[in-house]
Amino acid sequence: MGGETDALIEAEGLSVVLGDQKVLDVPSFRIAANEVLTVIGPNGSGKTTLLLCLASLLKPAAGRITYKGMPVSGPGVFQMRRRSAVVFQEPLLLNSSVWDNVTLGLRLRKIRGEEAKARGLKWLERFGIAHLAKRQARLLSSGEGKRVSLARAFVIEPEVLFLDEPFNALDSPTRQALLEDFESVLRETRVTTLMVTHDRNEALILADRVAVVINGSISQMGTPQEVFSSPVDEEVAGFVQAGNILHGAVRSQSNGLVSISVERGEIQAVSDLPAGSWVTVYLHYEDVTISMPPAETGASSARNQLRGTIVKVFPLGSQLKVTMDCGFNLVSVITRRSWDELGLEVGREVRATFKASSVHLIPRRS
Amino acid sequence: MDLIIQGIVNAFRLLIHADPEVVEITLLSLGVSLGATAISLIIGISLGTVIGLTRFPGRRFLASLINTGMGAPPVVVGLIVSVFLWRNGPLGLFSLMYTPYAIVIAQCIISLPIITGFTMASIQQIDPRLRLQILALGASRWQLVWLLIRDTRLPLLAAVMAGFGSIISEVGAAMMVGGNIAGETRVLTTAIVLSVGKGQFGVAIALGIILMVLVYLVTLVLTTVQQRSKAR
Repeated sequence: MGGETDALIEAEGLSVVLGDQKVLDVPSFRIAANEVLTVIGPNGSGKTTLLLCLASLLKPAAGRITYKGMPVSGPGVFQMRRRSAVVFQEPLLLNSSVWDNVTLGLRLRKIRGEEAKARGLKWLERFGIAHLAKRQARLLSSGEGKRVSLARAFVIEPEVLFLDEPFNALDSPTRQALLEDFESVLRETRVTTLMVTHDRNEALILADRVAVVINGSISQMGTPQEVFSSPVDEEVAGFVQAGNILHGAVRSQSNGLVSISVERGEIQAVSDLPAGSWVTVYLHYEDVTISMPPAETGASSARNQLRGTIVKVFPLGSQLKVTMDCGFNLVSVITRRSWDELGLEVGREVRATFKASSVHLIPRRS
Repeated sequence: MDLIIQGIVNAFRLLIHADPEVVEITLLSLGVSLGATAISLIIGISLGTVIGLTRFPGRRFLASLINTGMGAPPVVVGLIVSVFLWRNGPLGLFSLMYTPYAIVIAQCIISLPIITGFTMASIQQIDPRLRLQILALGASRWQLVWLLIRDTRLPLLAAVMAGFGSIISEVGAAMMVGGNIAGETRVLTTAIVLSVGKGQFGVAIALGIILMVLVYLVTLVLTTVQQRSKAR
């Protein structure tokens, strides 16, 4: 048994029916211990339904869920809830103090006294809300409320963490700050996590694996790189709005402009990252334009003007996905009309152009 | 004008000397109405929570009955209780008619729909996702119910105030089932009615002042609790 799998949670033949419509149909699904799995997909695709089933908050019409090989049903449902924590899109706080809310899970588990106090304090501080402990929870700002809701989940020291679009509905700076704190807590605790999101960046930053849910079933599952750079079908591609995902290192930086070496090539980007930083480079296909060399027309103000060779063409409806070798594989999406006008073909030498400001950099640990 | 001044002077004399009869009437009033409120609270909060949280056939009909009951005329309640407690009535063998217990029963019936209705409404207006969140945090069924009731404590305290206020100042039912017997079932409201009938305005005004002060004090205590728990 033990050698067969290290899956923490496994689901088989999971289906949820609403009225006479099947809203979820997942033949098999597994979450490995200590992994961060993000579930992405369009609104109403069944992401949240999947999360609720796995968290034992929704009884599926059919299917079997196991935790460490033990079936989650009957009394197992309550046990499953006791070892997991769920953070919803809304903070959903009780009408009492921040402290009361954060330590609620402990009181429900009859953990009191010094231990409760120590754990409560630890997580209040970890999420930077210790100074709010005595405040009325429902009067907090949405960002603060979200921090309370996260601290309340972590204080339980759950074996599994479920999050349903936890960073939604926050303004951009608040969201960014919270995301950074959350990321470091996640890396530190290594708690097994399933997070529903529709934000590509969140998935890229946090996930070990990504599952794409469309129309109630899982269309693709893999590493973020796999899913975002090679979507299995048009639906997935359409949802992830696929772009180039490249790995590189900052070679030099001056005046907010960095030069990044990627495989045998080089990219200029707007950033303050110091030389030596490891980065993931994200570049929308649509931001890369293709023209014919010679490059010395001087018409473009774009920083990046790379020479390359077309190695692959793939049709995407009225558009074409063109892969070029510019020292690294770079993909652009152009219309069939431009393709024809430029007289392009596989093997043809071209010039790929994109702005330094179009390049999105995500710092990496290594 | 003379009558009013004379009445007020008389009232204060009765109050200052703590007239034994006045004290007895006051204590009985308070005891009966607080007792009835307490019983209604226990039954009303349980009933309101069950109706608010569960789905069963006839639930909507029951809810509409309760909402109607919130406006039931005390006189009609008194009539119904009298019919039941009357010597030949279904509950006649208990000999409760014209005892303080009869008043407690009538007042319970008056305040129960108010407390049940308030509880039902405040439990129902809780975000259903909060229930899911509490369950997700590992709450048992009883822990969930307790947390939801606790979360609605502000409207519930309002229910207590409304319930108590409606029965301490009620006169029809107390008169009918209690009989306004001196030293036994005479409460503030029935005593006021009697005193006015006999032209003893001093006594009536004194009792009136006591009634107002009592309602105010009880409400003050509850309001303080309510506002403090809000600030916490």
